[in-house]
Amino acid sequence: MSQINPHYQIEKEKACYHCGQPCNSDLLAIGDKPFCCTGCKTVHEILNENNLCDYYSFEQNPGVSPSYQHHNTFQFLNEPSIRKRFLTFDSSTFCRVQFLVPNIHCVSCIWLLENLQRLNKGILQSKVNFNTKQVTIDFKPDVLSLSDVAQLIASLGYVPSIHLGSNSKPISSNKSLVTKLAVAGFCFANIMLFSFPEYLGLDDGDHQLKVLFSFLNLALAIPIVSYCGQDYFISAWKSFRQKQINIEMPIAVGLAALISRSYYDILFQTGPGYLDSLSGLVFFLLIGRWFQSKTYESLSFDRDYKSYFPLVAQKWNGLNWTPIVVYELKEGDQIKIRNLEIIPADSTLINRETLIDYSFVTGESKPVQAKKGDLIYAGGKMIGQPIELIVEKKTSQSYLTSLWNNEIFQKVEESSYQKVIDRAARKFTWVVMIIAFTTAMYWYFTSPSQMWLVLTSVLMVACPCALALAAPFTYGSMLRVFGKHGFYLKNADVIERLSAIDAIVFDKTGTITNGAADVKFVGVLDEQEMSWVKLITASSSHPLSNLITKSILQGKNQQLDYFNEASGYGLVGIVEGHSIKVGSASFVEFNGQLPDHSSLVFVSIDETVRGYFKINTAIRKPIAELVKKLKANVAALLSGDNESDKERMKEIFPSSTQLLFNQSPHDKLQFISDLQQSGKKVLMVGDGLNDSGALKQCNVGIAVTDDTGFFTPGCDGILKGDQIGKLNEFIHLAKSATTILKVAFGISFFYNIIALSFAITGNLSPLVAAILMPISSISVVGFSSLAVNLISKQRLR
Amino acid sequence: MTIIILLIFISLTIALIFLGAFIWNIKSGQYDDTYGPSVRMLFEDKKKIQSELTSPKKK
Repeated sequence: MSQINPHYQIEKEKACYHCGQPCNSDLLAIGDKPFCCTGCKTVHEILNENNLCDYYSFEQNPGVSPSYQHHNTFQFLNEPSIRKRFLTFDSSTFCRVQFLVPNIHCVSCIWLLENLQRLNKGILQSKVNFNTKQVTIDFKPDVLSLSDVAQLIASLGYVPSIHLGSNSKPISSNKSLVTKLAVAGFCFANIMLFSFPEYLGLDDGDHQLKVLFSFLNLALAIPIVSYCGQDYFISAWKSFRQKQINIEMPIAVGLAALISRSYYDILFQTGPGYLDSLSGLVFFLLIGRWFQSKTYESLSFDRDYKSYFPLVAQKWNGLNWTPIVVYELKEGDQIKIRNLEIIPADSTLINRETLIDYSFVTGESKPVQAKKGDLIYAGGKMIGQPIELIVEKKTSQSYLTSLWNNEIFQKVEESSYQKVIDRAARKFTWVVMIIAFTTAMYWYFTSPSQMWLVLTSVLMVACPCALALAAPFTYGSMLRVFGKHGFYLKNADVIERLSAIDAIVFDKTGTITNGAADVKFVGVLDEQEMSWVKLITASSSHPLSNLITKSILQGKNQQLDYFNEASGYGLVGIVEGHSIKVGSASFVEFNGQLPDHSSLVFVSIDETVRGYFKINTAIRKPIAELVKKLKANVAALLSGDNESDKERMKEIFPSSTQLLFNQSPHDKLQFISDLQQSGKKVLMVGDGLNDSGALKQCNVGIAVTDDTGFFTPGCDGILKGDQIGKLNEFIHLAKSATTILKVAFGISFFYNIIALSFAITGNLSPLVAAILMPISSISVVGFSSLAVNLISKQRLR
Repeated sequence: MTIIILLIFISLTIALIFLGAFIWNIKSGQYDDTYGPSVRMLFEDKKKIQSELTSPKKK
């Protein structure tokens, strides 16, 4: 999908019938249905021919504008070695393939992709997984090849995402956690049921029943401890061996005390045991975990260059062009790249001049002109006629990808960062140990027979269940609130780190500015001539042509008598006998003084230059206000671009902000790490591959994107482009969340003190424990969820 | 009194069957896509009617 996403106010009748983007003229229309581009129109025609127009009945303008595709783009999929990587089942009569299609976004998408068999007889069945945005297609390999299948869905606008890192996608599920939760819930409910007679007081005559119930409880408690609660014991043991105290340790001690005391009581028939409290505890703890484990399955936070780079390149083997997996490219290989394809490795251009768009890779916003013999960096997008290149370096050693060889990408995720919860747990554990020890001493001297009972009671009620629930519910609720407002975090821990931020660093291209462009015409053209220009630019798929086409509002359906695209230079067309040229200064033979500006497109009619289109990347609207709100916290602007935008940026940023241009990906990483050395907690907001190092190095890395299906570099959070103005509110909310968490800790300590006072005096009956433990958990959970939702409602209206 | 014990074991067995069924549901991936089935059931009928109307020979 194109990055160009203009935020025009669209009148309903002018929205493209297929994709809903604005179409400013009736150039392309079937009856009363307008279309914004030939791509959308073609898709509509395909659907119409095959009686699939129900597609439009589920949602308004559901379509995806198909991007420019070559006919044999997917040919490489038929190579046996590549084919094997995509097929999940392969035989001579039946094949099953799974594609990731980031464009799946609505009911209509599901419907169309599941009705592929009506478009082509070779397809047997297809099924969409909406959450993971995957489509599984069964097809007959004797009728359709794999590349035909990919081509078929791509022709409908659903381009499958096929990249270097494509088929390694183990989407981690929390199946085992849900299973544990189910088992814990089952055991908890049944234990409660069997404990109920005990609460009400059974007569002595029912002694037989009493024994039966307590033994059933014992049996039910076995899976609770050994299966559902095993993670707590494992984690506690691990941290014990590392001589650290985490929140799991007092929990594990509490669980152990509960189970052993209950076994003792039941086997020696001294009491009914505390198994109801135990199972409730484990059940609540697991609910907390499950609540916190909310993940955004369709988003990926761990992507590196592999999911941006193509899977194959076309290599010349002396006779013809054959597809080769990018890993296997070697120095000296000759490769061919077509329009809008990504250069897979650093290489030298050998045949013609071309334009390379590095905006996503280096932050350079203007496409760069490359001449024969120039070195082209991996990751750039080629614009124009096919080019041929000689590979200079392997993909993994290229200028950009070498960033991933930096040690920051090698180290394991878990940092030395200590969570609030673990700090609280450490203090808590020490206090409990001291209380337990002194109580035990006291009882040892006054009534030794009671000592063990009291000691286990203290350890049992000290189990920080409410404490352990406070963080998951506070941060988990916040995570959901953020998600509703277009800010998706990798996990709940990010909120805690976000709350400590005191320095913010922005990237320029794609973050401060966005893909939307500001197009102005300088010169004289009347309405008639303007619509001629539109007619010509509409016939080209060049990004600049697209921008110009979209910016011209008027337009009539006229005959284009002649059209030619000189790739990399411009367009020529003849309308009503007038020869019109649109393109670079040299193309229209403009000899005057060139205005100093980034992107200019000149127009000449009948060989007289009439003016030029001035194209600026637009600054996101809320940025200026956001920077004002963030004040001195904005530490720097790091741009890979040249200094041409410096003046514009100076207007937005305060003088205290460092404005650095021409920054390489390595420079950015270094800058962040220097800032951290000086004691700052850094938030990086970026978008491109060139920010990857910085996003990884900083304390919290946020990737900004206008389309969540589009590639985002590895990061801690993904922020929708139109929500960037709320960044300040998000940071404040993260801070509030930490305060709420601390209050919740207070509440849980309060209950612990009450329970401890029962335990120390030796009065902790199973009934008291069974009442106090759930009450403390529920009040903590209730408080933190309510507080988070109230505060966020106030802040984010 | 024995009837209570019998009933308890019957109820436990039934509960266990349900637990087993739920675990099987999770394992077989029925909760993987929670959105798709909710809309899929709505257009299933339409598809049949349409295919009958347009190409009655098709199965």
